[in-house]
Amino acid sequence: MSNSVHVYDARADHATVTAESPLAYSFQRSGMPAPGEEGRAVVSERAFLGHLILRGGAIVLDEALREVLGIGLPGRPNSLTVDADGQRSVQWLSPDEWLLIVPGDEIFGLETRLRAHLGGSHVAIVDVSAGQTLIELSGEAAHEVLMKSTVYDVDPHAFTVGKGVTTLFAKTNVILRRPDEARWELIVRRSFADYVYRWLLDAGEEYGIGVARESRHEPQ
Amino acid sequence: MFHIYCPYCEELREEEEFHPKGQAHIARPEEPDACSDEEWGDYLFFRDNPRGIHHEMWLHAVGCRKFFNITRNTVSYEILETYRMGEQPTVGAEHLAREEKTASVQAAEGGQQTVGASDAALASVKGAQA
Repeated sequence: MSNSVHVYDARADHATVTAESPLAYSFQRSGMPAPGEEGRAVVSERAFLGHLILRGGAIVLDEALREVLGIGLPGRPNSLTVDADGQRSVQWLSPDEWLLIVPGDEIFGLETRLRAHLGGSHVAIVDVSAGQTLIELSGEAAHEVLMKSTVYDVDPHAFTVGKGVTTLFAKTNVILRRPDEARWELIVRRSFADYVYRWLLDAGEEYGIGVARESRHEPQ
Repeated sequence: MFHIYCPYCEELREEEEFHPKGQAHIARPEEPDACSDEEWGDYLFFRDNPRGIHHEMWLHAVGCRKFFNITRNTVSYEILETYRMGEQPTVGAEHLAREEKTASVQAAEGGQQTVGASDAALASVKGAQA
């Protein structure tokens, strides 16, 4: 069954073709206030990561993922597993659905190896990298910006490191997660990225929000 | 602003994340071709609209996107339990009857003879909520 699935490298020509991140337009149109000394919140986009949706049975997927990537599926609902260097993560989305995020240049190889390992198992793997983007929020007031924006309890004591939920953010939905003490990650549909970005700038104004441009994950 | 327990996320989530999806536990006739029009029409169109305990399907639309069941009191809007698809409710119509009975006993103890008064049951449900 898996033989009939066509897997192709959507980034094969990244060396020759310049790509623009989902927020490229927003940066130009809405501006990028630089993080000031007084600023208590910083936004940055981590574009061009590889996003993979895994669906199927937890046991078979967990086994394949441990073999291929070295990290397992999170065992509990609303939780997140991050690998040792913080570059790769798996998040629980629903009882049979997980979101895997890896550096952009690894996604094709990973999907190929996962498919090879899973063989004919009853699973679905979908590359959604082009459909969503990751916005990172940091700074001491990051959770205060979130409190203004989401119905979920984002008190740092309640929303502990390693937690991740799908919830409402302003008038759209977002996958919100906390990979470590300092950072919050928002995964949004790329068509809603501009809305979320402008909302964050507006909500974060009182905390002196700034935008840091991150280049380490962008293609050459 | 109130919270609903999602049996898949295993935590209380904001009501805005959920959508009601109508009556639960409706079984599709095993042999649709062998059904009478009346049976098929009942299955397709006719829904209960009880005053009291109602078993409903809800969808955690912004969240795990799974359907689950809620047992709800349509009079007081109290949610009595939530449970996964495929499971059976543990709270049924007899729950209200029990409440009513308890309420009448209490009323009798207070010196008022209001046996079987459903308003008393209602008050006790509201009292439990407050």
